[in-house]
Amino acid sequence: MTALKRTPLNDAHRKAGARMVPFGGWDMPVQYTGIVEEHRAVRSAVGLFDVSHMGEFEVEGPQALAALQSLTTNDASTLALGQVQYSVLCYPEGGIVDDLTVYRLADERYMITVNASNIDKDFAWVTEPTAALKGARWRNVSEATGLIAVQGPRAEGLVARLSQDDVAGIRYYHFARGAVAGVPALISRTGYTGEDGFELYVAAGDTERLWSALLEAGRADGVAPIGLGARDTLRLEMKYALYGNDIDETTNPLEAGLGWVVKPAKGEFVGRAAIERVRAAGPRRRLVGLEMVDRSVARHGYPVLKDGRAAGVVTSGSYGPSVDRFIALAYVETPLAAVGTDLAVEIRGQARPARVVKTPFYSPKVKR
Amino acid sequence: MANIPAELRYTKDHEWAKQEGGRIRVGITHFAQEQLGDVVFVELPKAGARATAKKAFGVVESVKAVSDLFAPLSGEVVEVNDALAKAPETVNGDPYGKGWMIVIAPSAPREWDGLLTASQYEEFLAQSGP
Repeated sequence: MTALKRTPLNDAHRKAGARMVPFGGWDMPVQYTGIVEEHRAVRSAVGLFDVSHMGEFEVEGPQALAALQSLTTNDASTLALGQVQYSVLCYPEGGIVDDLTVYRLADERYMITVNASNIDKDFAWVTEPTAALKGARWRNVSEATGLIAVQGPRAEGLVARLSQDDVAGIRYYHFARGAVAGVPALISRTGYTGEDGFELYVAAGDTERLWSALLEAGRADGVAPIGLGARDTLRLEMKYALYGNDIDETTNPLEAGLGWVVKPAKGEFVGRAAIERVRAAGPRRRLVGLEMVDRSVARHGYPVLKDGRAAGVVTSGSYGPSVDRFIALAYVETPLAAVGTDLAVEIRGQARPARVVKTPFYSPKVKR
Repeated sequence: MANIPAELRYTKDHEWAKQEGGRIRVGITHFAQEQLGDVVFVELPKAGARATAKKAFGVVESVKAVSDLFAPLSGEVVEVNDALAKAPETVNGDPYGKGWMIVIAPSAPREWDGLLTASQYEEFLAQSGP
């Protein structure tokens, strides 16, 4: 077994008394004070997440756009300078390599942000097929990059107070270059919680200085450091997919509900033909939101039943602190995917009633 | 520091047992609830069920994890803390008090002597500790 990797904030987490766990090869904080308390801090005030473990690649050159277009499902040609796009990398068979965000940094220069556990796989995946494209140079800048997410209704006020830049003027899924607490940053109005907020990309060596400054300046806002546990419950309430749980090489974007980022009209890309076949036939199964009728936690891998027969599988599940319900995501056969369908989840040999519900489970009070 | 009441006995699965006039009250330790994090669901047997030492009698679920509850002693379950169904977070707030789980009428009372004392449990935690 190889040693766990550490983000630039590892010491800060330990000093703060965080409980550390292995996550995708990284030593990461799962919680500081408690998952429910941290979850609520993000919904009601502002939370800081160390997401420095995520991967960042840059691609530059006259063929940079062509490389992205050939690999990702979304249409990167629509990106203006300063704009961000959610997208997916697929295998030729339509399974998902990873989900990612694409940043247009300059005319012929882009950055993509990928999941921590997929960095090596993804870098090989994007560089090998486009190696022949001499006009597209890839660089893995993951180790040089720190990333702090500032999320919650008070995120804008906190970041604005520490910056000379017009951070309030940055629109959702856009970014600007600037400085926060004197640290040069790419300030991106994105996140994985459903709340307003930013993701701040900085030099790895500046990460701890920015983290401390945000904690200090946010004290009156009720700022709290947030672990991976609450990151998971926050994203689950929004039905944001988690790679490795809800999407992976065995799932295609259409059944995962990510058809909105698949743009076959843009031209050829890896997986296009397979996904178009799925679209024509209609996905056999769909990722839906389930609400447990009783108190019971449906977890990844638990079978979904319809009248006693196997009809799907749970991919994520937990107590949702902001909805005060036991919620789950599950793939179910398409005819059973309609809101209101009565199903069951098999939990320790018992069929526990569940119902397909509208998603997101939680509606944030954000203007966008 | 570790919160390990001296008058209780313990299992290596982090349950506590308390003598109450021949009956045994059972719950999970402060350490266990801390490791689990926010408890959101506790599944307990019905009164009258049989408990078997070292075998699961129920389940506790936190936001992140699901964990079996193991009986410290064998016997009949004579009381169940039904209040935990509505307020499972009591296990976090008061693990040795209102967060108790079941009361057992032991069928083999000598099993008590096989449980860890507070100092043995403390030593066990120190050895297995983080």
